[in-house]
Amino acid sequence: MHLLRLALASLNNRRFTALLTVFAIALSACLLLAVERVRSEARASFASTISGTDLVVGARSGAVNLLLYSVFRIGNATNNIRWDSFEAFAHHPRVKWAIPISLGDSHRGYRVMGTDARYFEHYHYGRGQPLRLAEGKPFDDLFDVVLGAEVAEALHYRLGDRIVLSHGVSTVSLVQHDDKPFVVSGILARTGTPVDRTLHISLAGMEALHVDWRNGMPARGAGRVSAEQARTLDLQPTAITAMLLGLDNKVATFAVQRQINEYRGEPLLAILPGVALQELWSLMGTAEQALFVVSLFVVLTGLIGMLTAILTSLNERRREMAILRSVGARPWHIAGLLVLEAFALALAGVAAGLALLYLGILAGQGYVQSRFGLYLPLEAPSAYEWALLGAILLAALLMGAIPAWRAYRHSLADGLSIRL
Amino acid sequence: MTPLLELTDLGFAWPGQPELLDIRHFTLAPGETLFLRGPSGSGKTTLLGLLGGVQKAGRGRVALLGQDLAALSAAARDRFRVDHTGYIFQQFNLLPFLSVRENVALPCHFSRLRRDRARQRHGSVATATAALLGHLGLPEGLHERRAGTLSIGQQQRVAAARALIGQPELVIADEPTSALDADARESFLDLLFAECRAAGSSLLFVSHDRSLAGLFDRDLSLNALNRASQPAET
Repeated sequence: MHLLRLALASLNNRRFTALLTVFAIALSACLLLAVERVRSEARASFASTISGTDLVVGARSGAVNLLLYSVFRIGNATNNIRWDSFEAFAHHPRVKWAIPISLGDSHRGYRVMGTDARYFEHYHYGRGQPLRLAEGKPFDDLFDVVLGAEVAEALHYRLGDRIVLSHGVSTVSLVQHDDKPFVVSGILARTGTPVDRTLHISLAGMEALHVDWRNGMPARGAGRVSAEQARTLDLQPTAITAMLLGLDNKVATFAVQRQINEYRGEPLLAILPGVALQELWSLMGTAEQALFVVSLFVVLTGLIGMLTAILTSLNERRREMAILRSVGARPWHIAGLLVLEAFALALAGVAAGLALLYLGILAGQGYVQSRFGLYLPLEAPSAYEWALLGAILLAALLMGAIPAWRAYRHSLADGLSIRL
Repeated sequence: MTPLLELTDLGFAWPGQPELLDIRHFTLAPGETLFLRGPSGSGKTTLLGLLGGVQKAGRGRVALLGQDLAALSAAARDRFRVDHTGYIFQQFNLLPFLSVRENVALPCHFSRLRRDRARQRHGSVATATAALLGHLGLPEGLHERRAGTLSIGQQQRVAAARALIGQPELVIADEPTSALDADARESFLDLLFAECRAAGSSLLFVSHDRSLAGLFDRDLSLNALNRASQPAET
């Protein structure tokens, strides 16, 4: 214990360098933990984006592409599927429920999704949690819209607000559906999934928006159909973008999938969301691994900084070592002193890194959630995170062995003679 | 009476160099104060290394309290040294980041024997430290100060207190007064003598400053002792 007191006093004597070293280790440890935490949260929230859905069906393209636009609201469908195809599989004997999805419009950067009441009943996320309305009720009127939690929060919408949807999905939309404003009828509770960033309207509402469109342009003059006129029209859609299917029996999944993929009516693709999620994650996994490796190297850099600082101090501390030898310290005491020093620096660095991480989470939690939809919980480090921190300390101990060995050799050679 | 320190047929050479030390016989009696004179480069530092068991003699025998140092393992030699020897160097003796009191107590952390002796005589290491510092003229107000903030003269007295704590049988002083002015030199020596007497320690004082030699029991020239330094006269 006396050795520890000596190591700390000696460090305190060089506190500016020591503090810089601690700071470098703290930053690198914080980065490592932050990357690790974002990584595991992203993976967890990713895997829990959709649950309970057995098959996702869309026009034939790639599995990942279909998953991206139907579940993550990223990218666009290559093609639509016909309403009669939806009808055919919605009434398939093995299919318990079917949710139609129609995409293509947006509101201030958030996607608009046309669907029907079955969505609120059957769409599940996380560990089978259903969607829940925080306020209001599902859409009932033709021009009702139900907002995802993030949409409502970010744009400060309340029940009863009138909003105008835009045609297309670019952030700066040129064409507004301003002749047919929608009224907020409900706001969903937060899910931590893309649902939070979606505006939900009825399929009929989606149809009404485009009823007077021809060739991708709104009609002019006499061709225009007002919101009131639209109510009198038949708004049964002829095509949708995708559908989600729930089966009465998991065992039937592959059989139904094959039937859909071999459907003669039009080329369709059915995917198992779990499999596609894994495929998608493995795509991003490389980037995520790279990020982890980079942060490992940052930690290594921090530790090498410490090693440099200690090694540089060794020469000017030969006097200190000789004095210690003259009062009875044995060479292994001198070596132990340097290992303790490295350990103390790393321990302080790791502790400061943890503090920095929690401060960062506390400060950035809201922003990360609203901007990236990632919820970073303010919870104690996991066993894996402790192991990472332990590994940093172990690495510091090993690195401390280098100056320790050098000082050991010095102190044997120098003995009690004090040289400048 | 067995001598405290005895060198017999001692020879030492650094690797690849001619023999630096060749001492046929040298003794130091218990309680004796000896002035060992030698210009720089005469092998003083090497001799002190041999006495401390840090360097090993090429031939011959170094015996402290009758114990042949070469017969001990490196670790045992280190322990034996701190148990029975206190050191005072030319200057910069102290760890500047520790307090005066902590500096003085250092040997008691590495030597159980000296800790026990300090306790036996004063009750605790802390009172032993305070008593020694007091005798050496350092007021209590300085005891908790960082050693680096003291003047050179004060630092040398702290170093003396550290060499003397736990009453080692031998105190080795390597030019401890060279950084002090003439007045401070004499008063430092007076205090050192008094404390060595009180502790019953022998004092081996190495210096090139002949003016101090008269204050010691015995005055010896390293060149006269070391046959390797005077090949012309043999």
